[in-house]
Amino acid sequence: MKAKVWGCRGSLAAPGPDTIRYGGNTSCLEVRLESGAVLVLDAGTGIRMLGLKLAEEVPKRIDILLTHLHLDHLEGLGFFTPLWTAESELHIWGPPSPLKSLKDRIATYLSPPLFPVHLSAIPSQPTFHDTPSDEEWELAGVRVAAQPISHPGPTVGYRIEEEGRTLVYMPDHEPALGIGDLRGVSPEWLSGYAAAFGADVLFHDAQYTEEEYGHKVGWGHSSTEHVVTFAQLAKVRRLFMTHHDPLHSDDDLEAVFARAIELWNGNGAAGSGSHDGEIAMAYEGMEVEV
Amino acid sequence: MAWEKHQKDLVLILARDVAARLATPMFVVDANGTLVFFNEAAEQVLGQTFADTGELPVEEWASAFAPTDDAGQPIPLRKLPLGVALYEGRPDHATLSIQAADGVSRELAVTAIPLRTHPDELVGAVALFWSRSGPESALQ
Repeated sequence: MKAKVWGCRGSLAAPGPDTIRYGGNTSCLEVRLESGAVLVLDAGTGIRMLGLKLAEEVPKRIDILLTHLHLDHLEGLGFFTPLWTAESELHIWGPPSPLKSLKDRIATYLSPPLFPVHLSAIPSQPTFHDTPSDEEWELAGVRVAAQPISHPGPTVGYRIEEEGRTLVYMPDHEPALGIGDLRGVSPEWLSGYAAAFGADVLFHDAQYTEEEYGHKVGWGHSSTEHVVTFAQLAKVRRLFMTHHDPLHSDDDLEAVFARAIELWNGNGAAGSGSHDGEIAMAYEGMEVEV
Repeated sequence: MAWEKHQKDLVLILARDVAARLATPMFVVDANGTLVFFNEAAEQVLGQTFADTGELPVEEWASAFAPTDDAGQPIPLRKLPLGVALYEGRPDHATLSIQAADGVSRELAVTAIPLRTHPDELVGAVALFWSRSGPESALQ
């Protein structure tokens, strides 16, 4: 299983000279399975370039797994080339809402006045699926699970397992909401713990610095300290910090990473201990072998 | 590593967070009826701490405090507001008396609401309660 980052910016696309190293496209992760099948995690602006690549390959089927429907995870969908090809077999997955179908919720964006073409007129006519609640299912020959996690609105984290290797994707997640110290609660009370436990690769929200988080409690994102602690508690082998704040320049992100390494190695927080495994900052174009 | 879900439903996690921050006594039960949390305000009414009791199966908490109606008759589980919320899936309100663990009898008003993440998916229920004599009496 391989993953490629096509977008790792959170909230709003942030192109420009200050964000060239890590990139300015919003969330999109391509997952390639051993069979050659492709899963696309989130449809931020990064999906546009992925779509151009897939248009050349013409895969038999494309599954897009949306963690939630905030625009930074959805806005690229209308510019995803396979969407406009009648021959494409597209399946779009997303967390169920208490009352409205996934198709209706996406149509809120993909329809006038927000988009010039209505979803019902799109050539590929995708099939929409609610992700099963807290159950694994088989997709493209692998096991997938979607666990509801703490973030405003219906939001899931995805766990993909192929031949004993596991990738988990939680780009928007605030496990510390109402908890503070993640080490102070039993794991069964920690949002996202079950899905992330033992993952070989975890892509996780790392939007705020510890100082910034103090002003953003309840916004649905993690601080540097939260993401490192969460990954350690969940015994994740390799952590990739993603969903970079649009106001963070490349230099800012280097400083965030330096702080994350301190915490990861147990040097920046009392009692945190050191941790085996790797930590990295996601950047556009990054490729990861799971 | 195979996916194993040993985790509380997210709605219960959030309900517990709300309960932990309220000055109003509050219970949180899961879909099985297990009392998975009660807050500090509830501890003062019940005369016991959550740290001492831990999670309580439905049969235990429904009888531990000997709930009775205004005629002094025991109230069975399914007639308690939380029982109605769990087994009938609808909100309910009642006045009742309990025998707290500290030996004090207390008269309470209780409102219970089912927690649904989907019209046909019940993940638990919450109950808020208060002293019928006034808020300060609940603390005695």
